[in-house]
Amino acid sequence: MNSLLRHKGWTWGFRSTILLYFVVLIVLPILGVYYNSFSLGFGNFIESISDPIAWKSVLLTLKLAIIATVINVFLGTMIAWVLIRYKFPGKALLNSLVDLPFALPTAVGGLMILLLLGPGSLIGGIVEALGFEIVFHQPAIVIAMIFVTFPFVIRAVQPLLEELDPSEEEAAYTMGAKGGRVFLRVILPSMAPGMIGGGMLAFSRALAEFGAVVLVAGNIPGRTLVSSVFIFGEVESDNPVGAAAVSIILLTLSFAILWLINMLQMRGRRS
Amino acid sequence: MRRLWIGITYLVFFLLIIAPLGKMTTGAFSQGFDGFWAALTRPEAQHALLMTGLVVVVVTLLNTLFGVMMALYLVRANWINRRLKGLLNSIVDLPYAVSPVIGGLMIVLLLGPDSALGAIFEGIGLKIVYAFPGMVIATLFVTFPLMVREVMPVLQEIGSQQEEAASTLGARAWTTFWRVTWPSIRWAVMYGVILTVARSLGEFGAVLVVSGNIMNKTQTATTLVYQDVENFNVTAAGGVALVLAAFSIGLLLLMEWTKRRKGVH
Amino acid sequence: MHVEVRGLNKHFGDFHAVKDVNFEITKGHLIGLLGPSGGGKTSILRMLAGLETPDSGEIIFHGQTVNNLPPQERGIGFVFQNYALFKHMTAYENIAFGLKVKKASKAAIRDRVTELVELTGLKGFESRYPHQLSGGQRQRVAFARALAPEPQLLLLDEPFAAIDAKIRQELRSWLRELIERVGITSIFVTHDQDEAIEVADEIMIINQGRVEQKGTPWDIYKEPQTPFVATFIGESTLIENASEVKGFKGAGGGKPTKALIRPEYIEVGSLHEFKMASATEQGIVKHLHFRGSEWLVEVEVNGHKLTTYRSLEKETLQPGQDISVLVHRAYLFNDERSWIQENNLKEDPMPVFI
Repeated sequence: MNSLLRHKGWTWGFRSTILLYFVVLIVLPILGVYYNSFSLGFGNFIESISDPIAWKSVLLTLKLAIIATVINVFLGTMIAWVLIRYKFPGKALLNSLVDLPFALPTAVGGLMILLLLGPGSLIGGIVEALGFEIVFHQPAIVIAMIFVTFPFVIRAVQPLLEELDPSEEEAAYTMGAKGGRVFLRVILPSMAPGMIGGGMLAFSRALAEFGAVVLVAGNIPGRTLVSSVFIFGEVESDNPVGAAAVSIILLTLSFAILWLINMLQMRGRRS
Repeated sequence: MRRLWIGITYLVFFLLIIAPLGKMTTGAFSQGFDGFWAALTRPEAQHALLMTGLVVVVVTLLNTLFGVMMALYLVRANWINRRLKGLLNSIVDLPYAVSPVIGGLMIVLLLGPDSALGAIFEGIGLKIVYAFPGMVIATLFVTFPLMVREVMPVLQEIGSQQEEAASTLGARAWTTFWRVTWPSIRWAVMYGVILTVARSLGEFGAVLVVSGNIMNKTQTATTLVYQDVENFNVTAAGGVALVLAAFSIGLLLLMEWTKRRKGVH
Repeated sequence: MHVEVRGLNKHFGDFHAVKDVNFEITKGHLIGLLGPSGGGKTSILRMLAGLETPDSGEIIFHGQTVNNLPPQERGIGFVFQNYALFKHMTAYENIAFGLKVKKASKAAIRDRVTELVELTGLKGFESRYPHQLSGGQRQRVAFARALAPEPQLLLLDEPFAAIDAKIRQELRSWLRELIERVGITSIFVTHDQDEAIEVADEIMIINQGRVEQKGTPWDIYKEPQTPFVATFIGESTLIENASEVKGFKGAGGGKPTKALIRPEYIEVGSLHEFKMASATEQGIVKHLHFRGSEWLVEVEVNGHKLTTYRSLEKETLQPGQDISVLVHRAYLFNDERSWIQENNLKEDPMPVFI
């Protein structure tokens, strides 16, 4: 790159274009949201937040995202384990299918869940007969969140399990440790960074999820209205400041998680 | 024990991925192939698919160009101060953390008809929000990290020595890039392109907010699916969704293939 | 090419990597930049190549300042430490790269590459990719590639560092011959003193960003000008107080002075083996190491451990044996100066003037 950079005029134009693109596309919008939510003063911000529909939506989102993340960490770790440790027919296919929720448009994911579990479907009918309700209720949101964040934990744990030196495990066995103990003392600690890192990614994605959730949630304020859908509603009803206020709560949370993940990775690299 | 775990894994995959996919497929054909075809050949469906295609092409081109340049700068540039580079580097990831709806909201706030910038653009006759440019910008925002994050590690891994060697042998920047750097990063770029296509194809939240979802004007395939569901026209939604899903699965297969090629080289 | 460097400085952040470096290199010479890792050798080399920009100072090729010339226009060849071969090109394509960039004709490229392939003994390996070549072959490709565009100055960064010790020896003499045959001014960086002594016409010792000494390997060995050079080149033992060594009493005129003593400055043996018995001192043999062609003897004298060599032809010593030790000369230094001094008791105490 060096010599191109030496043709002064060219170089300058080029560099500034790229950096400008970056700033205008990424930095400016983010600052814009923070600016807008405080544009009518701090009091106004508080007012937007203290709207019960607003704060209830934030709490609901947090609660459901935590449930989805916990389930995902368990399922994901188990699947990562099975896909790395066992040989069985269809393994390669399953391994490719893991990424499907990333590849599928989230709206399509939502529609799939709606069709499978919705009223009139087989499962929906059975569940309804049992007296449960899934679609348009909180379980559907959790399922949608699990669906879209499915690959995170698996993809974070798999490489760690692959790297895990079998001799470490064997060493533990030769020292007389039992299976369960080896799992707790040797295998689990080496998977833990992936479980935590993948779990945090999944959590931040679940907080932000919109497409899959909006189709299955029913969006009843206070009960099944999550933050991202609330924000969308505020934009639709032409209240961007209210939308911005809730946005910056979610944004700040997500940024904090992102920062935490970075910190963890840096510590992991150092040790 | 082993069997149990494998069984549970299959069950999870079946319940979470295979069954919904199958259900959607049968749903799309619930009124026979004609129903599926009718759903796809509706004028609004055709327009929506065309819109999605346009967004995908424009976004992929721009994101590839700027993403590769940004990755090169973040890894190689010695004219950016180290701290600034670290800061820029962490900003690259921010769109990952931003909910797509918020991403769309940002653009509405910044460039919408009520904003200062939006008014200026409208003054010169360029409508951004609730129009094609806004949708492109929203999708660019969402897809920005994908290319940068694919290319950066490869650039870091190959190091700058081959490029320096080329420059001592008399090669200019352009020649060095195409003859030395490009062959090393092309699979990563390919991978980034696939990810960008997949993401811009499926982008929903940000586009929904920015586009206004105006039928036959700014409606994309994903927002059409949403509208169909809202109108309780599930079969029609299933038809469009199936096309999107087919594309996504195709991209996934391409990704697997690329991964294998990338491993070889 | 005649190379001159004046007042060169380079900082990396707060780190002053190259400090006011000056030197001149005559056309056709092979120069070794020798010094510990992190001493700034590679930075100097990279500034000569134009890969790094100096903070101040001038780099002059053929009487012309080249500071503002990019690497492409400096007419240099650079061999990188890990060769930096283009990994997606064959050996042939690697060597041809510089010529292709210059838009040489196909025939000219073929002739030149064939010539270099023969010169570097790579015949038969032209169509291999770097990962299919051995370390030594890769290095030959890197040389050939750097030489292909007929540079006027060849710069080599630790050219042998990534090679097995056994092949390294062979490659050293090969490189030396090759450079002599091509007749190109060359500078190479190394942290290995044997390598520098064996290959270079002239050595520059670089430490903490400064040139400590420049000269032929023999000059540097014989007359080190700074304490660093004295310790860095060859083996030696440091004695904190030079006056404690017999024959060096009062060295430095009363100022605290240290002494460096090389194994070859010392002679050990039974008292009758010495002509000047009065200059010797009693010591004890601590250890004996057989070195194949000689003995390495560790003796303790006056609480100081000294090492020296002893011929296999002479009477074999035993550990624990009392022995006479003569220190012929020492490299002395204090805060002000450094110099080499002969043992002052070696002079006959009662000289007879004729």
